[in-house]
Amino acid sequence: MYRYDAIDREFLADRAAEFRGQVARRLAGELTEDQFQPLRLMNGLYLQLHAYMLRVAIPYGSLDSRQLRRLAHIARTWDKGYGHFTTRQNIQFNWIKLGDAPAILDALAEVDLHAIQTSGNCIRNVTADPYAGATAEEIDDPRVWSEVIRQWSTLHPEFSFLPRKFKFAVTASAKDRTAARVHDIGLVLRRARDGSLGFEVIVGGGQGRTPYVGPTIREHLPVGSLLSYLQAILRVYNRHGRRDNKYKARIKILVAALGKDEFARQVEEEWSRIDTPLADLPDTELARIRGAFTPLTFETLPARSEAFEAAKAASPALARFARNNVKPHKKAGYAIVEISLKAHDATPGDASADQMDLVADLAGRYGLDDVRVTHEQNLVLPHVKLDDLPAVHAALAGAGLATPNIGLISDIIACPGLDYCALANARAIPIAQAIAQRFEDADRAELIGELKIKISGCINACGHHHVGNIGILGVDKKGEEFYQLSLGGSGQEDASLAQILGPGMSADKVPDAVEALVETYLNVRQGEERFLDTVRRLGMAPFKEAVYADAH
Amino acid sequence: MPTLIRLQGGVYSPAEDVFTDVADEDAIPAAGPVILSMTRFQAEGDALIGAGRQVGVRVQADEAVEDLAYDLPRLAVVAVVFPKYRDGRGYTSATLLRQRLGYAGEVRAVGDVLREQAGFMVRCGIDAFAAADGSTAEDWAAAAGRFRHVYQRAADARAPVFEARG
Repeated sequence: MYRYDAIDREFLADRAAEFRGQVARRLAGELTEDQFQPLRLMNGLYLQLHAYMLRVAIPYGSLDSRQLRRLAHIARTWDKGYGHFTTRQNIQFNWIKLGDAPAILDALAEVDLHAIQTSGNCIRNVTADPYAGATAEEIDDPRVWSEVIRQWSTLHPEFSFLPRKFKFAVTASAKDRTAARVHDIGLVLRRARDGSLGFEVIVGGGQGRTPYVGPTIREHLPVGSLLSYLQAILRVYNRHGRRDNKYKARIKILVAALGKDEFARQVEEEWSRIDTPLADLPDTELARIRGAFTPLTFETLPARSEAFEAAKAASPALARFARNNVKPHKKAGYAIVEISLKAHDATPGDASADQMDLVADLAGRYGLDDVRVTHEQNLVLPHVKLDDLPAVHAALAGAGLATPNIGLISDIIACPGLDYCALANARAIPIAQAIAQRFEDADRAELIGELKIKISGCINACGHHHVGNIGILGVDKKGEEFYQLSLGGSGQEDASLAQILGPGMSADKVPDAVEALVETYLNVRQGEERFLDTVRRLGMAPFKEAVYADAH
Repeated sequence: MPTLIRLQGGVYSPAEDVFTDVADEDAIPAAGPVILSMTRFQAEGDALIGAGRQVGVRVQADEAVEDLAYDLPRLAVVAVVFPKYRDGRGYTSATLLRQRLGYAGEVRAVGDVLREQAGFMVRCGIDAFAAADGSTAEDWAAAAGRFRHVYQRAADARAPVFEARG
């Protein structure tokens, strides 16, 4: 964890006080809803279908147990006893009363949390690799750079009224768990041949109505130049991004309209004029930020845990959990544990207050006090001893949190959809549940292997359907909910956009269609190839035929 | 005469606006300080300044302040237009005027200017505000001073937290 000091805390206290004043003015009728709207949005407060929704920032998806307990407390005290973890590693509370919002922000500030810049046309919370600091794959800790960006972008004087919202993803691993290529800016840490650390800078990816896989505009930006270069990108965007149509206002539209090369040229030209010693952070501050992360003390352990091996041999459930939810750690004798929030009857990404408390307890007891949120809407205990895995698994199982389906067909991303969201055209959650129930058989799910289904209830694509191996988009057709399937998308390092399979279908037909896709895949796959690889090899034809055969 | 809120030496105070804001279709008054559009300034600015008039330029959100680079030393004020509260291009214009072009005269925010923007505007180097929401100098002082700390360097003189921590 990055440890806040007195300055960071005073900042949050000032913010909470400011919002308290604004809410008081609204409740007293001194501000109209129109005037109040941009102010509440700057504090993450949306007016949804049924109530206010508060989105709380979880900076780069990283929490300690004290913070997670506080989120549980908020869910219990001011909401209906649960919260919803989002695809941007944040948490949303769906049933908030306006009058309670200031008290909630105070409660958050007490544990160094806030809702700053979780909405509005500004730089949003930075997404980072949820395995940061735990995976052997990474060449540096992306949280350090995410924190640099967090501080720089907080109430940025020049970039708080951009044409549209702006999202960063930062990763330092070859395997991308952040969807960096479909963010406004994706930063991938790389080492040059001479060993120097730099960022691959990807700009203008995105989903929504007009999806793009973002192009790389710079292969290797020296890390010390990060902020001046970001300033150049944001400045070009702030000046030239479209403001006449909010659906064409994201940076991806500007990059696509100018072309990657011309956009890059404009950025480089702007960058050459920036006084970089002033714009970049001094090395001493970079070092301070790096040092402000809690140092972790790992024990020296054997790579193999006899206790864990014996427990696995005795418990098929633990063995299955280990195969699917336990990932290798950089330290011998440790593991990364993924906690699925995709139980087959659950709302993807939802966690109850009791579940949050339990995960906080486990993090405190077994996990070096560290919890992460993934963009796929699960939780992670990044540092668990292999010896402790049986106990952790048992505790999770007791709370309905041991679903062994990470990366499998029922590990579905779904937006809140028409059940909650004012923008949605169709429901997403019941579709996810129906598919999860159809593929409840855990043996079969493992046999199918990695298969990412992503469901959005409207074209804004919050459920990432464009980058689903199977993407499902809910549309409204003359007052009826219809679902359009697409295939072959990926939000990972091999990013690609899914292609539409064929005509839409009603909700009850979706599980059958997915079943047909899966059966086709199982029949034609070669060796170890994933569903995505098979689609890429064979194209849409065999899948299309399987799904629409009945219609002939 | 309309009033402005002016920031000088860290103090916010009401000030009379002595400039006439001249629309392109209107005649330039025979005397007194004026603010002109960029196009009008290119055409008529020299003559007015030559005649000893105080002249300012109104920069629209889609205009490049760099185009004024060589004229800045002669300008009494640059009025940066915020056509809508949500339109943030003026923040870049103001920042460039101060940081890149070294403009030391008055930078004035005009248009949809609300007290909620105070903190951002001041940090971008804006030092005069034609508030559209009826807010007072006291309101602006309170709004701009709400945060004890700032995280980044900007066009104002405030030390960012990393210097304060130093």
